[in-house]
Amino acid sequence: MAGPSLLDSLFQRSLEDLIKGLRLYIGDESSFISKSLDEIRREIKSTDQQTKATALQKLTYLHSIYGIDMSWAAFHAIELSSSQSFNFKRIAYLAASLSFDPLTTDVILLLTHQLRKDLQSPNSHEVGLALHALYYISTPDLARDLTPEVFTLLNSNKGKTRKKAIAIILRLFELFPDSVRVCFKRLVENLENSDPAIVSAVVGVFCELACKEPKSYLPLAPEFYKILVHSRNNWLLIKVLKIFVKLAPLEPRLGKRLVEPICDHLKRTTAKSLAFECVRTIVSSFSEYESAVRVAVENIKEFLNEDDPNLRYLGLQALTIVASKHLWAVMENKDFVIKSLSDADVNIKLEALQLVLAMVSEDNVVDICKVLINYALKSDPEFCNEILGCILLTCSRNVYEIIVDFDWYVSLLGEMSRIPHCQKGEEIENQLVDIGMRVKDARPELVRVGRDLLIDPALLGNPFVHRILSAAAWVSGEYVRFSKNPPEIVEALLQPRTSLLASSIKAVYIQSAFKVLTFYLHYSISTKGVISPASQGVEDLMHGRVQENSQFVRPVADSDTESFEDMSVAHEWSSLTSLKVEPITEESIVNILDLVETTLGPLAGSHEVEILERSRNVLGLVELIREELPGYLVKREEDNDKGQRKTHEMIKLIAEAFSEELGPVSASSQERIPIPEGMELNQSLDDLDAICGDFGLHIPTSFSLGRSISSEKDDVTMSDRQSKEEVESTESTSLLAEHRKRHGLYYLQSQKKEMVYDDYPPANDIKTGDNADDEANDLIKLTEQSLFSKKKANQAKPRPVVVKLDDGDGPFITAKKVELKDDLVSGAVRDVLLGDEATTSLSRTKKSDKPSSKRRQDKLDKDKSSRPKEDSKSMENSELENANLRRSKCHSRGKEKKQRSTAIDRDEHEEGDKQKVSHHHGKHKSRQRADGALTLAAQSPVIPDFLL
Amino acid sequence: MVINTLGKPRLSKFYEFQPAEKQQELIRHVYAVLSNRPDNVSNFIRSLGAIFGPDTRLVYKHYATLYFVFLFDNSENELAMLDLIQVFVETLDKCFRSVCELDVVFNYSKMHTILDEIILGGQVLETDSVEVMRAVEEITKLESTTTASTLINKSIPSWWAS
Repeated sequence: MAGPSLLDSLFQRSLEDLIKGLRLYIGDESSFISKSLDEIRREIKSTDQQTKATALQKLTYLHSIYGIDMSWAAFHAIELSSSQSFNFKRIAYLAASLSFDPLTTDVILLLTHQLRKDLQSPNSHEVGLALHALYYISTPDLARDLTPEVFTLLNSNKGKTRKKAIAIILRLFELFPDSVRVCFKRLVENLENSDPAIVSAVVGVFCELACKEPKSYLPLAPEFYKILVHSRNNWLLIKVLKIFVKLAPLEPRLGKRLVEPICDHLKRTTAKSLAFECVRTIVSSFSEYESAVRVAVENIKEFLNEDDPNLRYLGLQALTIVASKHLWAVMENKDFVIKSLSDADVNIKLEALQLVLAMVSEDNVVDICKVLINYALKSDPEFCNEILGCILLTCSRNVYEIIVDFDWYVSLLGEMSRIPHCQKGEEIENQLVDIGMRVKDARPELVRVGRDLLIDPALLGNPFVHRILSAAAWVSGEYVRFSKNPPEIVEALLQPRTSLLASSIKAVYIQSAFKVLTFYLHYSISTKGVISPASQGVEDLMHGRVQENSQFVRPVADSDTESFEDMSVAHEWSSLTSLKVEPITEESIVNILDLVETTLGPLAGSHEVEILERSRNVLGLVELIREELPGYLVKREEDNDKGQRKTHEMIKLIAEAFSEELGPVSASSQERIPIPEGMELNQSLDDLDAICGDFGLHIPTSFSLGRSISSEKDDVTMSDRQSKEEVESTESTSLLAEHRKRHGLYYLQSQKKEMVYDDYPPANDIKTGDNADDEANDLIKLTEQSLFSKKKANQAKPRPVVVKLDDGDGPFITAKKVELKDDLVSGAVRDVLLGDEATTSLSRTKKSDKPSSKRRQDKLDKDKSSRPKEDSKSMENSELENANLRRSKCHSRGKEKKQRSTAIDRDEHEEGDKQKVSHHHGKHKSRQRADGALTLAAQSPVIPDFLL
Repeated sequence: MVINTLGKPRLSKFYEFQPAEKQQELIRHVYAVLSNRPDNVSNFIRSLGAIFGPDTRLVYKHYATLYFVFLFDNSENELAMLDLIQVFVETLDKCFRSVCELDVVFNYSKMHTILDEIILGGQVLETDSVEVMRAVEEITKLESTTTASTLINKSIPSWWAS
């Protein structure tokens, strides 16, 4: 046995050899590694410690650099850790800390004894090793078993060891909350240590703890304040500031005290890191202190003018935080921000972009967008899309709140689509359709933009634009009455390159072509008279339509610049039309019909159901007209015999069906319908979730197809588009009317306060899909109008509560969860703070054996002495009361510690006064808590928070 | 973590347990992000949310052929972290007398020792490179004394084998 072992060790490769070998085998490392692994496996079993250690070291190296699994060697590491040699011990602990998984490595417990021994070692480096290892591999059991040793180390006279022990405490608290009870007091005592490194370590621990649950550490604020004022150690100050950022929202009075020292540091320090931390603290937590913000903004300016991109980036970041409350700060640095848009650094560019958008308002949106689009054209694809995305987001915020000129915005959208790198097709698509439905006045411009996009064959080659084209096609079809030249659109919709489109978009194209065609035919029938001398009748007819639809009907004309809104020009146009509309002849109709037939003919056999169905619909119509085509236009004038009228009637019906308005409907409107009694919905919520998830996924796609698909999805049985439309228009409107009467409450109100809202068509088509934006927006509006809403579907009993409930549900639950998750540590901390308190007061009052009641008594006296006549003051809310309870502990402690700054002391006196107001409640509760501190585990202190 | 400019990890340390594959993946991810950045830009990267969690930020520094990367959450200050990298590199410099990538490659365990003196369990403990040096030297001395006896007969074979 000794033989091979000796041989092994004689010819064993060292770690260095391994590394050299790896460097030789570049490109073919894996074979070398597997060879070495075989060696290691053999060597590690050796009884010779040196051999074992080297093998383990090599393995650790391979593990951490090449990701080789070494969980199988866990036991060897443990074996080696008991070595007398520091070197081997180090190798073993390093291997353990890099490769042990506290959750799955089951041999960890075997280390307990060894760790304990090493923690007690007189050699501080050995202790250090053990502490390191403990951090990585500690399990709740290990933490429990070794807490006493770490506790002893907290008082170690070797600074380094004490520091490490403090750092490790965090992990112990996490894994074994009861350790808080043991160690917390000593930890707090270390705050007053003269060695800044130790204080720094303690503050570091508190910083981490405060991140999780700041409330519990509020009582320590005075200690931190002292550090803030007196310390000159930048690391320490940064950490203290971090803690105060967490505490500030809980205790509004902190601001008053803190602003001054922070500003002092800001003016004094030369360290950029501390300066930045001060700035960040001020702008994020104390932004209501005008003067401090001024100082901070001055500092930010300095940052912005630095050469170092890091500082500029951080400066901009700080500015972003200020922006929400002090826009002037951004305005002051406007030039710099705009300049930064062309910075080489992506980080800086992105921050600058955020800032630019923060400056956007109704007045400057046009200019800013122009600037941004220019930048977008110049920059790389990624940033270009970032810009476009931000523009889209900002402009559409709160239902296009900042947009006044929609014609401009719509053309901007068109412009965006033509930017070569644009990948925001989906968003632009949504907005085009959305604006079409929401903003009546923008429709003519929409149709113009849509037409420009559709007739450009080049755009069809860019797949990112397809979604936009789909919206353009839908808009052109839906609002074809604003179109100047319907045949042109039909041609564009049916151009050969449309074969590049995805089938779903192609379906939209065909459907739109159908709508345009119908409109065109309908129009040709009704205006046919124009060609005849007796044009009076037609004018009447047109006026009739104008009134009937309360919508101006745009005649076919080539004139470019008339304003669409102006109704008074109607007469002029009709005469204009009579000259120019000549193209509407049988010939032109025949041309279009031919075009439709030749392009759609092949598609009637398409494998795509949507395409097949739609093209068949169109072809059906074409066929129908063709039958009666000879003399199609002329005959009617001579005698309106029945046969002809049938076609006309048909076209008229279809046209009317299409001309019905589509309005936005909140995607959540379905949810707001009360659930019938006896309907069990909350039986298996998981299923429901899954279903809802599916549904959510479908919405966007069905939406993209506009009305046609979504309605078809709803009733598949009706394959015939025409009859469906008719049925829908009669049946569903009547149903809707009825529904509306009953649940009018849940419908969007048609009168809105702003101009944009005025344009809302009533929600009249419940089947219209809607996007997520709408849902949110509508919800907001609903809240504004304080309409009532039903609870979500998962509650069986409808509760007539204001929308707030819907919103408040989520956050509340999560908040509670967080609380529960952290309550072990923080609860224990609170206990200890209380216990701490109790014991200190005990020591002061010497002979009491009931610390909590004694303390209470103590406070009562104090309260009486300092109490002004404020008995009638109303009860504060529960949160404050809790804070007061905790502050009050601090209060009594504050009294004991004479050296505390008087300012804070005074503050706490005020606290004490308030505390007394809620005394009746507080007394009972806090005694309960104090008792808990002595006996029970962590759960009791947390509960009162919710019960109060 | 320390990565060279070719994407090879040279040193990595994770303060929460991560399985080996995950570690490699994270390193690759960081490298992919870093290698795409030009030299004269800021050293912070924020948008790592998808892989490291929402609050995680990254700070890196590029020395010759090595990237030094620290990942941290919002309880640390960005500039302070940048300083910390400086401290780390300074210490290495003092230990190896003008450090280069080869030093990092061949002194794997010493690197860990140095790093451990600066950071314990994700907490920054020491920011003074002189202090760190002193501790590291003590440890090195300790190693050589305790292993001196075994080294005597080991030194020959290791020289022989290579």
